[in-house]
Amino acid sequence: MRRMLLEKTGTAIWMSHLDLMRLMQRAFRRAGVVLHHSQGYTPHAYVSMLLPLSVGTESVCEIMEYEIDADIAIEPKDMNAVLPQGVRVLKVYESDRKAKFLTELSASLTMLYDRGVPDGAAQRIGALLNGESLLVEKRTKRGMDETDVRPMIHNTELTVVEDRILLTARISAQNPSLNPALLTTAIERYLPQDKPDFVRYRRLEVYDENGEIFR
Amino acid sequence: MSEKLERILPRVQKPARYVGGEYNQIIKNIDQVDVRVAFCFPDTYEIGMSNLGMRILYAVMNRMEGVWCERVFAPWGDMEEELRKNHIPLYALESGDPLADFDMIAFTIGYEMCYTNVLNMLDLGGIPRRSADRNGLEHIVFAGGACTYNPEPLADFVDFFSLGEGEELTEEIVSLYRKAKRESWSKDAFLLAVSKLNGVYVPSFYEHTYNEDGTLKAITPLHGAPTTVTKRIMQNLDEALYPTDIIVPNTEIVHDRSNLEVMRGCIRGCRFCQAGFTYRPVRPRSPELLLRQAIESLENSGCHEITLSSLSTSDYKNLPVLAQQMQDYCTPRKINLSLPSLRADNFSRELMLRLQQVRKSGLTFAPEAGTQRLRDAINKNVTEEEILETCAIAFEGGWNNVKLYFMLGLPTETDEDVLGIAELVYKILKTWREHASNKKRGVRIHVATAYFVPKPFTPFQWEKQITPEEYMRRQKLLKDNMPSKSIEYNWHASDLSRLEAVLARGDRRLCAVLEEVVNRGGKLDGWDEYFSYQTWMDSLAACGVDPDFYTTRGYDLDELLPWSVISDGVSTLFLKKEKERAYRNETTPDCRTKCSGCGASCLLKGGRCDA
Repeated sequence: MRRMLLEKTGTAIWMSHLDLMRLMQRAFRRAGVVLHHSQGYTPHAYVSMLLPLSVGTESVCEIMEYEIDADIAIEPKDMNAVLPQGVRVLKVYESDRKAKFLTELSASLTMLYDRGVPDGAAQRIGALLNGESLLVEKRTKRGMDETDVRPMIHNTELTVVEDRILLTARISAQNPSLNPALLTTAIERYLPQDKPDFVRYRRLEVYDENGEIFR
Repeated sequence: MSEKLERILPRVQKPARYVGGEYNQIIKNIDQVDVRVAFCFPDTYEIGMSNLGMRILYAVMNRMEGVWCERVFAPWGDMEEELRKNHIPLYALESGDPLADFDMIAFTIGYEMCYTNVLNMLDLGGIPRRSADRNGLEHIVFAGGACTYNPEPLADFVDFFSLGEGEELTEEIVSLYRKAKRESWSKDAFLLAVSKLNGVYVPSFYEHTYNEDGTLKAITPLHGAPTTVTKRIMQNLDEALYPTDIIVPNTEIVHDRSNLEVMRGCIRGCRFCQAGFTYRPVRPRSPELLLRQAIESLENSGCHEITLSSLSTSDYKNLPVLAQQMQDYCTPRKINLSLPSLRADNFSRELMLRLQQVRKSGLTFAPEAGTQRLRDAINKNVTEEEILETCAIAFEGGWNNVKLYFMLGLPTETDEDVLGIAELVYKILKTWREHASNKKRGVRIHVATAYFVPKPFTPFQWEKQITPEEYMRRQKLLKDNMPSKSIEYNWHASDLSRLEAVLARGDRRLCAVLEEVVNRGGKLDGWDEYFSYQTWMDSLAACGVDPDFYTTRGYDLDELLPWSVISDGVSTLFLKKEKERAYRNETTPDCRTKCSGCGASCLLKGGRCDA
């Protein structure tokens, strides 16, 4: 399978998943690469992102799969020359690892406190995320539902730097998937005094079930 | 991006439209820029980014060394609320700098119901609304676009208007401004100088006085301003700048495709259509250039769709050649070629079917009126036979979706004409029964009626608009007589079209009304989510302005019209003759068949149209 490793940063983080797909399809055309199109009356170019990214989240590890008909070599620089700011191709490669083996990811949350980090907040948040269970309201197909997300949190690390807490978490990426924003939701619910004023989210790396980097 | 902005973006819908950063956006080094222009589109990003005029003028201004033109769009309501709450002034997408940092603030205005957005955007940028309250050379506000041929409702807010096609005039204006800035002119000195440019209208240089009955008594030019301001045109479209490296939006917009402008002007002369007159004379681009522009646009943007646009693309003389060459380029590359505004003639029919356009969107016709008598009166040259023949071929080919657009309240319309719409729909239904290749799939016929709005610069510029009550009666009459339940009939609400009519032929007294509407929170009036008829009615009442004066009253043939100073090249005498012909149910041949002497050719050097 042909894949690309992408970075989505800066103003580009405000694009939606579908926006990014459209953008990449056009970038291929600008680079002079004709993607493989589906048959049928309205042919679709075959491009897919392995793990859709939420609007507003940065990432340095997006994996995109695509198909082309002609066997041509594409270099990252060919794509980067025709991409808008914030979207960069880091690597072009082939892989035979199926997407379902991408099971974990590591994300960072930069939690900003306008009036400084409350005393003991990092400890309390650490304890909350490593407790017995962590029930949060999660949107499901049936509507809002109480879900225990604790089993989806594998590892957390917290550091206080000036007016912010940096939280790095290894979480479940697929089946089930955990949106890192739910960690903030949990903090708001159980530790209202430690609620940050703003949180930046960044996807750092993706892993397989053995904790090896997934490509 | 400021942290303030970063914090509100997660809370608004579609934040990608507020951050810029798209492929092909133009970033300049601020140290090498001496004139900054904020190019404002008084509607959302999705609408504005689809606008051809904005794409062209963005390129025209940015091609000038030392000039940086950036884009500004109207925020959606949720974003506006956040901006206000967090004291973030409206900003341009390229630099993120607030409107107040710009020398010139330009608006392109294509629709009357965007007027409130002009005021609201100035408010959001912290720029005083009224020209009289902006004293210096900074924040010069100017406007152009299809809707500014009658600029009077905006006369108190916009310093000057740039009329007609802007490729050359915009450059002249910005160059003059640069000189003024370098030499520290006063605003008055600049306005005086800019008023000397052909095509520039400075509303404050004209004094309007009124008769006791409210009609205009006199328009007096001051400071030596010209008695007539004539719109500008490009003499040769092949020499006009047409950008092929346009900004590719990061998020979906309304017309998300490459665009080729095949010609300007229209040979048809439908009597209700403002664009059909104001874009005259007809000027084509050469097919060789268009093909080159098409390939460049597609390669530079990566779009998988391209459209040929004009007021009536079937009337482009070289369409057969161009369409074939385009198809040859597009098909192997899996690019869709789309051709809107095709007429129901033989060639277009064949082309539509060949491109299989129809299967996607269905067949679309705009007969505008239900009987041949009324179609003749409005000079809409489409016949029932053409419609039925095209439908028959399409139904045989397996298509089963037809859309029909009509207007109610056209001059001389009677109940017979209204019922004629139902009759025509019935005949299409019958045609389907006789010609459908697969009756099991059924047929879908969509009928839509709009409420006729008389527009300036058309032969109907003096006409009365029918009352909303009468419009609703005719609409109900039609609904009750629709031949089958399987027909989907939609009609425009009367409220919006009534206000469009007020603004389209409005005078300066509407400036106060616009301001009142904005003070009462009016904005995004083109959107159902925000349009509030009551706000408009209350504001009109508060300002003592009677909407009927502009709608159902009608304008006397020798009344001084608010837009009398402005000329689009078409003579008023011609419009009057056309009005008379309408009342005699006489058609006027298209410009190619026979020149009817509208006067627009006077704008061309050599004085001959290439119709």
